[in-house]
Amino acid sequence: MSAPTEISEPVVTAAVDAALAAIASAGDSAALKAVRSAHVGEVSPLAALNALMRSVPGDQKAAAGKLVGQARARVTQALNAREAEIVEAEAAAQLAAETVDVTAAASTWRAGARHPLTLLQERVSDVFIGMGWEVAEGPELESEWFNFDALNFDEDHPARAMQDTFFIDPPEAHLVLRTHTSPVQMRALLGNEPPVYRISPGRVYRTDELDATHTPVFHQIEGIAVDKGLTMAHLRGTLDHFVKALFGDEAKVRLRPNYFPFTEPSAELDLWHPTFKDGARWIEWGGCGMVNANVLRSAGIDPEVYSGFAFGVGVERALMFRNDVKDMHDMVEGDVRFSQQYGMTV
Amino acid sequence: MRVPLSWLGEFVDLTPGTTPEDVHAALVSVGLEEEEIHRFELTGPIVVGQVLEFVGEEQTNGKTINWCQVRVAADGELAADGGPAIHGIVCGAHNFVVGDKVVVTLPGAVLPGPFPIAPRKTYGHVSDGMIASARELGLGDEHAGILVLGDLGLDPEIGTDAISLLGLDDSAVEINVTPDRGYAFSIRGVAREYSHATGATFRDPALAVTATASTEEFPVSIDDAAPIRNRVGASVFVTRVVRGVDPTKPSPAWLIARLKLAGIRSISLIVDITNYVMIELGQPIHGYDLDKLTGGLVVRRATTGEKIVTLDDVTRTLNPEDLLITDGSGPIGLAGVMGGATTEIGDGTTNVLIEAANFDPVSIARTARRHKLPSEASRRFERGVDPEVAAVAAARVVQLLEELAGGVADGLGSLHDATPERAPIDLPTGFVSGLIGLEYTREEVRTSLAEIGASMVETETGLAVTAPSWRPDLTDKWTLAEEVARIVGYDRIPSVLPVAPPGRGLTRTQQLKRSVATVLAATGHTEELAYPFVAEKANNLFGDPVTETVPQIKVANPLDGEAPFMRTSLLPGLLQIAHRNLSRGLTDLAIFELGSVFRPVDGVSYGSATVPPAAVRPNRELEAELNAGIPPQPFTAGIVILGNTVTHQPGQAPVAASWQDAITAVRQISLAVGLPIGVRQGSHKAMHPGRTAELFVATDAGELSVGFAGELLPTVARGADLPAVVAVVELDLSAVFAQVTGELQATVIGTKPAATQDLSLVVDVTVPARDVLDAVREGSGSLLESIELVDDYRGTGIAEGHKSLTFALRFRAPDRTLTAAEASDAKLAGVELAAARFGAALRE
Repeated sequence: MSAPTEISEPVVTAAVDAALAAIASAGDSAALKAVRSAHVGEVSPLAALNALMRSVPGDQKAAAGKLVGQARARVTQALNAREAEIVEAEAAAQLAAETVDVTAAASTWRAGARHPLTLLQERVSDVFIGMGWEVAEGPELESEWFNFDALNFDEDHPARAMQDTFFIDPPEAHLVLRTHTSPVQMRALLGNEPPVYRISPGRVYRTDELDATHTPVFHQIEGIAVDKGLTMAHLRGTLDHFVKALFGDEAKVRLRPNYFPFTEPSAELDLWHPTFKDGARWIEWGGCGMVNANVLRSAGIDPEVYSGFAFGVGVERALMFRNDVKDMHDMVEGDVRFSQQYGMTV
Repeated sequence: MRVPLSWLGEFVDLTPGTTPEDVHAALVSVGLEEEEIHRFELTGPIVVGQVLEFVGEEQTNGKTINWCQVRVAADGELAADGGPAIHGIVCGAHNFVVGDKVVVTLPGAVLPGPFPIAPRKTYGHVSDGMIASARELGLGDEHAGILVLGDLGLDPEIGTDAISLLGLDDSAVEINVTPDRGYAFSIRGVAREYSHATGATFRDPALAVTATASTEEFPVSIDDAAPIRNRVGASVFVTRVVRGVDPTKPSPAWLIARLKLAGIRSISLIVDITNYVMIELGQPIHGYDLDKLTGGLVVRRATTGEKIVTLDDVTRTLNPEDLLITDGSGPIGLAGVMGGATTEIGDGTTNVLIEAANFDPVSIARTARRHKLPSEASRRFERGVDPEVAAVAAARVVQLLEELAGGVADGLGSLHDATPERAPIDLPTGFVSGLIGLEYTREEVRTSLAEIGASMVETETGLAVTAPSWRPDLTDKWTLAEEVARIVGYDRIPSVLPVAPPGRGLTRTQQLKRSVATVLAATGHTEELAYPFVAEKANNLFGDPVTETVPQIKVANPLDGEAPFMRTSLLPGLLQIAHRNLSRGLTDLAIFELGSVFRPVDGVSYGSATVPPAAVRPNRELEAELNAGIPPQPFTAGIVILGNTVTHQPGQAPVAASWQDAITAVRQISLAVGLPIGVRQGSHKAMHPGRTAELFVATDAGELSVGFAGELLPTVARGADLPAVVAVVELDLSAVFAQVTGELQATVIGTKPAATQDLSLVVDVTVPARDVLDAVREGSGSLLESIELVDDYRGTGIAEGHKSLTFALRFRAPDRTLTAAEASDAKLAGVELAAARFGAALRE
């Protein structure tokens, strides 16, 4: 393209048309940069036309100036528009090129899990905390007095022989692995003036060989409330609330007469739920009753002034019928796949 | 306790059609828990047949079988199986003669097994049924020959249904009897409870027999020189003599069937009768062969070293606490537990001395436990036998010996009864309603108590209630309240939610425990609950960083003799679990446990010599003594990591677990509890000597070591059947939690621009990076907001034995924009301190 020698409409139009065509055909930023240099740069036809303005006679300067100015504006506008298009397209292409397979993301993090037995104990504790109760704890290796005598197990009582107790060597030291979490209740009573409302989850021990439904090391949750005027109706009310909170509104509690040294009257706690595996049915879950007067006396509490109720349930058993765990081995063997089914919640 | 329904029905009305399940349901409602249902698992046609003729046929195998023609229906009639009146049956037994009546199981019948009967070809004949033995019918162990009905004193008509004839259509419910309800170890007691549950009429079998007084005194003396807990060993002792018993008389079928359903094997008529009365009335009976006795009986404690041969032919060395029945020859029975061999009832016994006594429950329980001899008798005595039923039971035995065994009651006998009178229990008006939370009417209270057999008189404040003789468990007003609630029904108790006083939620420690567990699980660790039983050497290995052995607690009666000790560390259990997972193909593991470990202190003797009494609050000193006797059981965290922490994935190389993962886990716990946990080079005999950190926390008394983290010694790892690199943490959380006190004092978050600088210092390789960092931090003063180690370089450009540590520092002033010069000055102050402490030099 030769440089223009005069400012005339055809010449200007030709320069503009050539520029617009070049702009339209520029495919990327580099091409557009070349177009910009060729059509509006220092040696471009439009620059040459601008230079010719000096030689335009004065009476034609205005018209020529307008002609050249408009031409330059059109070309610049087209350039800018095309540039925006190209930037956008190039950005889009860049992102498209960055596409990954999201299903193949590498994980630098591995899955952990809580044990469902501890989660279940926390959950039950939370239900009772919601009612204003507090959580009590105590040692797993206990004095015989706390585990038995204080709870009205006479040294010759058949119930004491029935408890399959792990004794600590030497037996004359009168130490045992607690057979229930009830000694924690005695500690709570000794350490606090009534009213006392405590829930105590924890690990307990009995000399049962491990099989599908037994384990020598297992978990219980016990509750005790000692206050003025507490009745067996309050026990039932508490259990009703508890099972509904844990198993849903359809859960029901049944009390059946039974015997425990630490309660009088005593009851077996049966639980009913429509969604239990093998259908709606009553399941034996634990024991409960009114705190035996001798237990209160052991804690220095006058049974003529105060009364109380207590209950205890098995955590493993709850997991078995609530989550359909069929074999106790799964809970105690420590296969990580068992806990990982539950993750962080039960 | 097993209760045959036909027997139960003698003493309480059972509606026709009542099933064992119905009985179970009724008994459960009054607190007798259901166990199993026992039946003779057989179905007919099983009929009485008469052997018309038989031919002995010798077989090639040397046996002789009998080919019998047996009439099983009257002439001209069809048999119960629709077959002919005379069946040809092959029989291998030889204890019968022509004319004997026998039990024939016809084709279509099913015997226990199940063993279906059908015509079958055998020994060249088609045997059209079977002649049954007692064992085949489920009646007993007798299998020497077939059951000949004449031997049972029976002569029924041919074709009679043998199932009902022998009582095989009966069934029994088994119930679990709680320790407070000894009386329910009898048909009498269960019938009473069934009446409570259903309202059916109860007929007390104890009132059906009249105890007659003896006319001639059989000499018995109760000579208890050492009563246990002030209770004389025998409070009641009744004897009766029956003579002329026919030792050849068989036990009747109904008696055998009932005993069998009740779980007791038929032995001989005399023994069966004593057992029968025990089941019926709950009174254990002992029968002696009168002719084997030497003089009268003396009830006394054993002397040290004294011996007895019991019925089971075991020689037992006695304890001075054992209560004995003795005669002129010495000990002839362990009272209430098991009789002796020398005066045992035998095949030739014709004259019988019956003993019905009431022994102290504690004495019997201790003896039964000591000699590991739980028996039907001891089970009843331990729980308490009705003291008023002894004489009745003795009379009932006499009656049955006369009726069934041809015996004649003798005037000889004795009656000793020193049962203390039962004190009435004061039951204040309104007490039961107040305890149960249900308004019982006056009538309900009185009727319930009367129903269980109590008598009562009105007093100014309520009732004075005398418990029935068979209820030693009724001792106070609470026990009476249970009876009222039980008889009226627990289902009537309303549901009322009590309002507890406002609670304070979880304690700080409880929150921290949850927080640690949550953080560890959220950062990829899986929670475990290992058994705390370990071997001594495992405790010794992990229990202490230095010493060869550690004090530990031993279980006296472990289930696993290989692991009788309580864990002093969580690691042995976790390593075992790691191995189990590994063996199941799970090779990348990060597991943790939070739990108690048992850490006795050397030289301290734990426990207490005596146990304080029940029902009394121990005084402060005693309580403190009990608590001091309990070994420390700190709450501890254990972590085991092995395999890859990051697995091989697209664009991701695998990352193997190492000591760093152990340190990282400690940092995560530190974050969870909001307390810095210090890490410094440490050592532990189970750990890699160069890759172990000691963990510590700052306390008022200085730094306290709280555990260790790093890699196991490769030999220890391999010893646990694990790969060589196993990262572990053991951290005493109780000690950590103890330092988490008070509330955090927040610092002002500066908003002025920061000045960042890098710093490279050359130090001896033995100087821990953390110490250099601390020195720079301390020296740089308050303008230094943050310092992090970004590189540890050794090699070209750095002198041998040295390393270059590069730190990224960020300075900030609270009130102004820092100049570069101010930041540099602060940094150089830090360098100066590091130089002074560790000879650190700026890297050129």
